[in-house]
Amino acid sequence: MDDRLSRVFAALSDPTRRDMVARLTDGDATVGDLAAPYAVSVQAVSKHLKVLEEAGLVTRSRDAQRRPVHLEAEVFDLMTAWIERYRRRAEERYQRLDDVLADLDHEQPTPETPQEETAS
Amino acid sequence: MTTAPAHTRFDEAAIEADPTVPIIHIRRDFAGTPEQLFRAHTDPVVLARWIGPADCTTEVLVWDATDNGRWRYSVTDCNGVPQFFRGSFHTVSPDRLVQTFTWEGMPDAVALETMTFEDLGDGRTRLHAQSLCDSFEGRDAWLRSGMEVGVNDGYAALDTILADGSL
Repeated sequence: MDDRLSRVFAALSDPTRRDMVARLTDGDATVGDLAAPYAVSVQAVSKHLKVLEEAGLVTRSRDAQRRPVHLEAEVFDLMTAWIERYRRRAEERYQRLDDVLADLDHEQPTPETPQEETAS
Repeated sequence: MTTAPAHTRFDEAAIEADPTVPIIHIRRDFAGTPEQLFRAHTDPVVLARWIGPADCTTEVLVWDATDNGRWRYSVTDCNGVPQFFRGSFHTVSPDRLVQTFTWEGMPDAVALETMTFEDLGDGRTRLHAQSLCDSFEGRDAWLRSGMEVGVNDGYAALDTILADGSL
């Protein structure tokens, strides 16, 4: 799973591919549709699509003649899960800081005094 | 730097991964003064009480919170595997800290962290922690790892991969 996610993030590190993905959230599109707004060739867009396909971000229908490109939304759910885990870790850390700050209130610190402690 | 609307409250940590630059923003409001937030980030004794994961042992080895100072700490999980983190302090001022951050397991990747303490005027202070990574890959690897080795959170397998350096 992790290799796959690495490919996903690598695929999304390119602004054109991010834009293509954003447009596919509106619905399936053909290579020609996707190429239209860019000043690049259909071939260049196909290369970007190949990267997205290899990352599992998009699939292309095998049967339909126009072979529309389809966004695989569940990949983004995994990324959302990662970001949520990261956020929770931060939140846990800051809840500990909440407790520390509450203690500092009682300790009545004198912020004007430079902290001279050295790490143990 | 993006600024949150004044009316927005961050009673819980809010995270934002910028789509155009490899930056992670975290915002969180605290019941405390900017001076207290500053102390919690610069006094190593206070810092050690909150910086590391709860199920790990954090040891602050060096914490010279001055301009041009340096820092290093270790986080040891319940399996006894230590991870080391280090960096330098660029700017240490009452409402703003700028420092670098490196996980020693990936020493060539360095992030630039800027922490600001914004007085909300009602005894509360907003922390804005911005981490600028040197690539999208680095940023996303950082998001993926959570920066810290934790266990018992359902991600033990991934953590093992991170700890053995095979990633």
